[in-house]
Amino acid sequence: MTALLPLLILMTSAVPAVITFFLAEDSHRLRNTLNLAGAVLKLALIVFMLREVAAGTVYETRLNFAPGLYLLLRADALSLLFLTLSAFLWLLTTVYAIAYFEKEHDLSRFFGFFSLCVAATTGIALSGTLISFFIFYELLTLSTWPLVVHKQDDKSLAAGRSYLSYALPGSAVLLIAIIWLESATGPLEFAMPHPLGGLEEASLRAIFALFILGLGVKAALVPLHGWLPGAMAAPAPVSALLHAVAVVKAGAFGIVRVIYDVFGIGLVAQLGVGLPLAMLASVTIIWGSIRALQQTEVKKRLAFSTVSQVSYIILGAALAGPYAVIGGLVHLVHQGLMKITLFFCAGIYQERAGITRIEDLGGIGPRMPWTSVAFSLGAMGMIGLPPMAGFITKLYLGIGAIEAGAPWVVAVLAGSTLLNAAYFLPLLYRIWFLPGNEDLPVAPAPGLVVPAAVTAAAALGAGLFAGAAMSPLGWATLIVTREYMP
Amino acid sequence: MSLILPLLAAVPLLGAIAAVLAPRAGKGIGLGVAIVLLAALAVLVGGLNTPVVLPLGGWEPPLGIALRVDGLAAAFLGLAAVVMTGVLIAAPYRGAGREAAAFWPLALLLWGALNAIFLSRDLFNLYVGLELLTLAAVALAALSGSAGALAAAIRYMVFALMGSLLFLLGVALTYAAHGALDLAALPGRNPQPTDALAAGLMTAGLLVKTALFPFHAWLAPAHSGAPAPASAMLSALVPKASFYILLRLWFEALPDLGRPGFLWLMGALGTAAILYGGVMALRQARLKLVIAYSTVAQIGYLFLVFPLAGGGGAAQPWAAGAWTGVVFHALAHGLAKAAMFLCAGLWLAAAGNDRIEALRGAARATPMAVFAFALAAISLMGLPPSGGFTAKYLMVTSAFAAGAPYWALGPLLGGLLAAAYLYRPIAAAFAPVEPELRPVPRGQQAVPLALALGAIVLGLASAPPFDLLQIGRPEAAARGVE
Repeated sequence: MTALLPLLILMTSAVPAVITFFLAEDSHRLRNTLNLAGAVLKLALIVFMLREVAAGTVYETRLNFAPGLYLLLRADALSLLFLTLSAFLWLLTTVYAIAYFEKEHDLSRFFGFFSLCVAATTGIALSGTLISFFIFYELLTLSTWPLVVHKQDDKSLAAGRSYLSYALPGSAVLLIAIIWLESATGPLEFAMPHPLGGLEEASLRAIFALFILGLGVKAALVPLHGWLPGAMAAPAPVSALLHAVAVVKAGAFGIVRVIYDVFGIGLVAQLGVGLPLAMLASVTIIWGSIRALQQTEVKKRLAFSTVSQVSYIILGAALAGPYAVIGGLVHLVHQGLMKITLFFCAGIYQERAGITRIEDLGGIGPRMPWTSVAFSLGAMGMIGLPPMAGFITKLYLGIGAIEAGAPWVVAVLAGSTLLNAAYFLPLLYRIWFLPGNEDLPVAPAPGLVVPAAVTAAAALGAGLFAGAAMSPLGWATLIVTREYMP
Repeated sequence: MSLILPLLAAVPLLGAIAAVLAPRAGKGIGLGVAIVLLAALAVLVGGLNTPVVLPLGGWEPPLGIALRVDGLAAAFLGLAAVVMTGVLIAAPYRGAGREAAAFWPLALLLWGALNAIFLSRDLFNLYVGLELLTLAAVALAALSGSAGALAAAIRYMVFALMGSLLFLLGVALTYAAHGALDLAALPGRNPQPTDALAAGLMTAGLLVKTALFPFHAWLAPAHSGAPAPASAMLSALVPKASFYILLRLWFEALPDLGRPGFLWLMGALGTAAILYGGVMALRQARLKLVIAYSTVAQIGYLFLVFPLAGGGGAAQPWAAGAWTGVVFHALAHGLAKAAMFLCAGLWLAAAGNDRIEALRGAARATPMAVFAFALAAISLMGLPPSGGFTAKYLMVTSAFAAGAPYWALGPLLGGLLAAAYLYRPIAAAFAPVEPELRPVPRGQQAVPLALALGAIVLGLASAPPFDLLQIGRPEAAARGVE
């Protein structure tokens, strides 16, 4: 069982994906059942696995491609952090997407690639070697493209082109980094302690930089973030998934893996590459916030907010003090919960009320109360107001920064919080306090509102019950105490 | 089991004769040959643990000539069988018209010539196989009979004959110096001053036939001017045969003649081919020309085997990474390229022309063909999981392990260029218009899809072909040509 479970979890997304491609366009019921069943089964398997991994079990599946080139699926605590998030949010996004599209065309293609995209994310979470990671990372690139261009209009095709012209060179750089490193060390497993002594320090620094460059494209590190705002042309469920779990998180997760499981914090400190990375992340945090402030469209503002928020994860990982790492890891989950809420709601505003611009948001709050409450919770979390999840992140990052001897980071966090407030509070003000257009339709479908409400509640709960052992914070603490700072 | 070997070449040749005599039954004969050969190869590959040798007429080399199947030969025989089966199923020729009457015998003749080359161990036999192959290939390039196709075919023939001539000169010099033509006998020869000249002539001839940059001028018009099923064979298989002879020549017969300058030149020409072919493919407006220039680029990868073979650090759990990787590349490219040309043929028939804009809306009209084209593109770009990725991984790893990372530049940039030039047809297929394509039956779209899936499976299950290639692997593949 321990050898099969990771593969089984991968299959719960991959098998529905393959079947969905072959379904007739009008077999809506079968397609929806299949996708929902896959998502529920996956979540159940993961919950089972969470308990076992907490108790110390290790799950491994190994598939040989060629000597030295093997696919290793391995569930450790860090895998499960990302895996649980993606499984939970995928289930909700599937519910949302079914309600969002109703009976549009090309849905078999859409849901096929949608499931494939989640399968790729699952694979990224479970990858136990650099090459396994790379394989799923590329699968993610390829399976997201049809989702980005799904509407098939000129704007989404341009977004798709821009996405690939960032992502593919990024992957090529990542491959160079992996192969350069492995040409001296042999295949690298994340779980094994491996001395990287065969290479000189200068080479190791260059390899680290290539890793950051390759992964930074997906993680939208400034100046590699150009594709992300354009990708907003995709349908709302895709944007939600892209910004919360799939693409940007894959990049951030990869950077965490590289720092902790490939180089190791000792070597990162010895090479002196942690500080430049932390500074790059800080620049991204501030720059993303400033750009968000300048946007007039809701989804664009959210997109630049993602650029900024994802770098919290990288900042925490780069600072490398225990508290900072916990803060970064837990933000992987927190940002996902909060951002997906915001995108779910932005999608409802756009599809059901025709609102894309911030200035048109006036008075929508009373007309769509559930949606607007969820949106407000997400926005307050992003600002970092207690008791939302975002507050926990900033608290841990702040303590961690001081602990790691980088007090300037506290100024970055404070500045970012002010900017977050500056670009989110006007939205909340318009939503709740300005008079609006009385003709606006009301009562979006429950399939749209319920997922948003659930993720908003989860973002609130992750903050309120942060002290529980199985909260995101509890799990992040477990990762750090068990694996990185024993 | 060794008695299967002559059958592999004889059955397609007999089929070709039968197809001449009974032109109306061409398709039936072709498919019959395909079934027999697939079954024979399944038996052969399934039981292959050590190389199988059959001395013809019972005379051992160097007196007689022998047929031999090792892992390398089995892999190419298998590639030819899979691609030819797909092409023969997809070929739309029926009845006794001029094209139909010519297509089936020529296709089977081409297959027989390919198999003869893959089985031969003797330079003169290889020459005969190569001539037979050229004959069939030139005729197939001219099949449509249009003025453009005839001009392209004539240009092809001029290059090909020049290549044959050079090769034959080299063979003659070798025979004059050593009195032996058997590949296995040549490593132990008594070195002669003419050896380098002979090897150079043979190599030059084969380079022309393989269309390595700068000898590529004939390839794009010939491959794009032929009917799609013929293009699939010409692009996927024919250049591989002359490259196969190059591998045999340098890694088995004459590895001692390798010089750093020569190896470097091969690698540099290969890299130039990758870049030139990619840029040219990017500039074409017709789909078949894009695919043909892509072949020019993909052939370049193969020549990286010369500088990279033998490069490998102690850290690698395999030997002969570059050699195996290059063969993987040849196999993956064969499958993917055949799939692409067959797709192009379907769209040409459905739209009336093969301009890239004509593909607008194809994603809705021919979803399976677009999917097949995209899968083939993934392999050509070298993205995982595909045979193209396994190949690129092995090559690039060898480049870094050999301390020569600049040889990784070609495969990496080549992948990005491939993404750029293959993106255009795929994006066009997704364009938001009602397709103007005539409907294409699903059965016809299934053939390229199966071939493209083959290129993907080659990466997903690369362990068995990897192990197969190690059977009877020449020593120089791990040590390098020097």
